[in-house]
Amino acid sequence: MDAILLQILNGLDKGSAYALIALGLTLIFGTLGVVNFAHGALFMIGAFCAVTLQRILTLSTITIDETQKDFLGNPLKVKTPYVESWFGPETGAAIIDWSVPLAILFAIPVMLLIGYVMERGLIKHFYKRPHADQILVTFGLAIVLQEIIKAFYGANPIPTGAPAAFRGSFDFGSMFGFDPNTIIYPYWRMVYFAFAAVIIGGVFAFLRYTTFGMVVRAGMADRETVELLGINIDRRFTIMFGVAAAVAGLAGVMYAPINSPNYHMGMDFLVLSFVVVVVGGMGSLPGAVLAGFLLGILEAFASMNEIKAIFPGIDQIIIYLVAIIIILTRPRGLMGRPGVMEE
Amino acid sequence: MFGLNQKDTRLFLIVAAMTLLAPFILNPFPEGTAMAQMFNAGYPDLMQRFVIFGILVIGFNILFGLTGYLSFGHAAFLGVGSYAAVWMFKLVGMNVVPAILLSMVVAGLFALLIGYVSLRRSGIYFSILTLAFAQMSYNLAYSVLGNPASNFNLTNGETGLQLLLDDPRVLGESVTADGSIPVTNFFGIAMRDSFNLEIGGWLFTFNAGYYLAGIIMLISFYISIRIFRSPFGMMLRAVKSNQQRMNYTGLSSRPYTLAAFVISGIYAGLAGGLLSSMDPLAGAERMHWTASGEIVIMAILGGVGTLIGPILGAGFNEYFKNILSKINDEVLHQWLSFMPDGLENAFVGVLHFFVGKGWHLSLGLLFMMVIIFLPGGLVEGGQRLARLFRRRRPSDDDSQKSAQSTPAE
Repeated sequence: MDAILLQILNGLDKGSAYALIALGLTLIFGTLGVVNFAHGALFMIGAFCAVTLQRILTLSTITIDETQKDFLGNPLKVKTPYVESWFGPETGAAIIDWSVPLAILFAIPVMLLIGYVMERGLIKHFYKRPHADQILVTFGLAIVLQEIIKAFYGANPIPTGAPAAFRGSFDFGSMFGFDPNTIIYPYWRMVYFAFAAVIIGGVFAFLRYTTFGMVVRAGMADRETVELLGINIDRRFTIMFGVAAAVAGLAGVMYAPINSPNYHMGMDFLVLSFVVVVVGGMGSLPGAVLAGFLLGILEAFASMNEIKAIFPGIDQIIIYLVAIIIILTRPRGLMGRPGVMEE
Repeated sequence: MFGLNQKDTRLFLIVAAMTLLAPFILNPFPEGTAMAQMFNAGYPDLMQRFVIFGILVIGFNILFGLTGYLSFGHAAFLGVGSYAAVWMFKLVGMNVVPAILLSMVVAGLFALLIGYVSLRRSGIYFSILTLAFAQMSYNLAYSVLGNPASNFNLTNGETGLQLLLDDPRVLGESVTADGSIPVTNFFGIAMRDSFNLEIGGWLFTFNAGYYLAGIIMLISFYISIRIFRSPFGMMLRAVKSNQQRMNYTGLSSRPYTLAAFVISGIYAGLAGGLLSSMDPLAGAERMHWTASGEIVIMAILGGVGTLIGPILGAGFNEYFKNILSKINDEVLHQWLSFMPDGLENAFVGVLHFFVGKGWHLSLGLLFMMVIIFLPGGLVEGGQRLARLFRRRRPSDDDSQKSAQSTPAE
C-alpha cells in the first residue's frame, strides 16, 4: 500500500509538468488549430525566467573591506547584492532566497508577451497552410529559441534553488498513519503539484465562469458562427495563445528547482507532452490534464524495481507504448469528442 | 537512356558528373591558402557525409515528397541500419557489402513493422506516432538493449557499438598481423584509402569510401527517378492530393503508402549502413528525434517532392554546417578589418552568435525563412530566379504555379 502511494506521489510532479504543458498545447490546438512544436521551448524559457530573475536579484556591488584579509593578504572583496543594500540585509536575503516563486510574477508578463508576439508575428500566417508546414515552422522556431537561450546562458544546466523553507523532504506517510520513514517526499514537489493544481483550476475557471472564456469556448466549438455574431474571435484566440504560453512558462519557472534548467529541457518534455495530448484527446482540455497525471503516475510505477525486473526497460517506453495503443484503438483519445481530429 | 526521358537523363547525368567530379568541384582554392581553409570541402569525411545524407533524404523524399506523410522518426531506421552494419563487421567480416545488405534488410523489416502500425493514421497522428516509435527505439537502444552487463547487449548503450579485437569475424580475421582492428573494405579496397592528386597548388583527394557511397547514391537516385515516374509514384501522388477520393473510388491506399514507407526505410538503413562502413561506430544519438528533425530540415531546404531537392538540401545543410562552424571571432575580425574599430567590434559581437558554435541558430533561422517564404526550398528558389531572368508571360507563370506540388493535409 505505501509503495503504491509512494509511486503515485513520485508520478505527481512529472505528471503536473506534463499536464501543464499539454494543457497549453491543447488550448492552442483547440483554439487556433495549430500544432505547436515550440511549446517545449516556451516551458524552457519559463525556467530561464527563474534563472534570469535570480541573476538580476543577485547583481551586486563589490566593496573592499579593509579590515578583513583573504588568504593572500589582500583586502577582502565583499559582494553585496543591490537588493540587500536597498531593503536591508534580512529582507534582501529573503528576496533572493524566494527568487523562484517571485519569478512567477516576472514570468507572467514576459510569457504573455512572447506568446502574443509569436502568434501575431509568425503563427498567424500559417493558419491557411497545411499542418505539416505548421509543425515545421514551429519546430524551426523551437530550435531558434533554444539556440538563443544557449548562446546567452551556455549549454550547462544552471542550478536554481528553491526557497530554503522548501528544501529537503518530509515524512509524508506518517501524517496519514503509515509507518514512519516509508514515504519520504520532497517539499518542493508537493508545492509543484499544488501550484499545478491551482493553475489548472484557474484556467478552467477562467474558461468556465468568465464571459471571455465563454466566447473562447464557443469559438472552439464553432468558430464561424461566433464570427458571424460579430465577435472578433481572432483577437481572443491570440490572447489564449498568450495564456497557453504563460501556462507553459509558469510550469517551467516552478520546475527549475526540480531540474536545473538547461537549453534542451523543453525538447525533452515536448515529445512526451505531445503523447499526452494525443492520449488525452486532441482539443480536450480535461483530457490533457487527466492524461498528463495518468501518464506521469504510470511512468513512476513502471520505474519500480519490481516491475523492471519483469519487463526490463519498461520505464523508458511505457508512455510511448500506451500512446501507440491509444492512437490505434481509440484515435480520439481518452476524452476527445467524437469526430474531432480522428484522422 | 535507362528508361528515363530526355529531361531526366540530363538531370541524372549532371548529378552523376557532379558526384564523380566532386573532389575537384569542392576544392576550388589552392591548398594552404586562407580561402581553402574556409571554403574547401573536398576532404573525404565531409564528402562521404554529402552523399550518405543525400541517400537518406532521397529516401525520405519518396515518402514525404510523394505521399505527404511527414515522418518525424526516420532517424530510427538510420540508427538501426548503423547497428546492423556494425554487427556484421563484428560477426562476419570487414567487407562492407554484406554489412550494407544486412542494414537494408533490417531497416526494411523495421520500417515494415512501424509503418504497418503508424500508417493506420494520417496527418498529425502519423507524425506523432512515428515520433513516438523513434523515441521508443532511441530509449531502448540507450538503456535496456545497451546494458554492457547483460548478455543481450545489442547496442552498447551510451558508449555506442564499436569494434573490438576479440570479435569473431568468421569470414575475416579478428586481428590484423600488426595487432590492430582490421579496416572496413570493399573486396580488399579499404574505405579509408585515398589517392591524392597534386596539380600546381591544388590538392585533390579521391577517397575509396566516397566513391563507393557516391555510386550507391547515384543508383539510389536513379531508382528514385524511376519511382517518381512510375505508375506506383503516380499512386503515391494521388494519396497526397486527395486520399479520401482515392478511397472512394475503391482503391486501398494503404499498400502503396506502406510500400513507400518501407522503401524510404530501406534508403535510411542503407545510409546508416554506409555511415557505419565509413566509420564503424554506431551510437544511439543517431536515432534521437532531433536527428529525425534534421532529416526533415534537409528535405525542406532542398525542396520537397522534387527529384534534385533532397541532394541539394543534404549538400547545402552539411556544407554550411561545416563552414559556419569553422568561422570564429578571429576570422570575423579579419574579414571585417576594413571597418572602423568600434563598428567592427559591434558587428563581430552580433555575428558571434550565428557562427562557430552558434551554427545551429543560423541553420534554424534559415530553415524558418525557407518554410515561411520559400516552401518549395532551394529548387523553388532556383525556379523563381530562372523565371525572373526569362520573363515569361503571366499565363505561363500561372500554369507552372498550379503544377507545383503542395503538401497534403
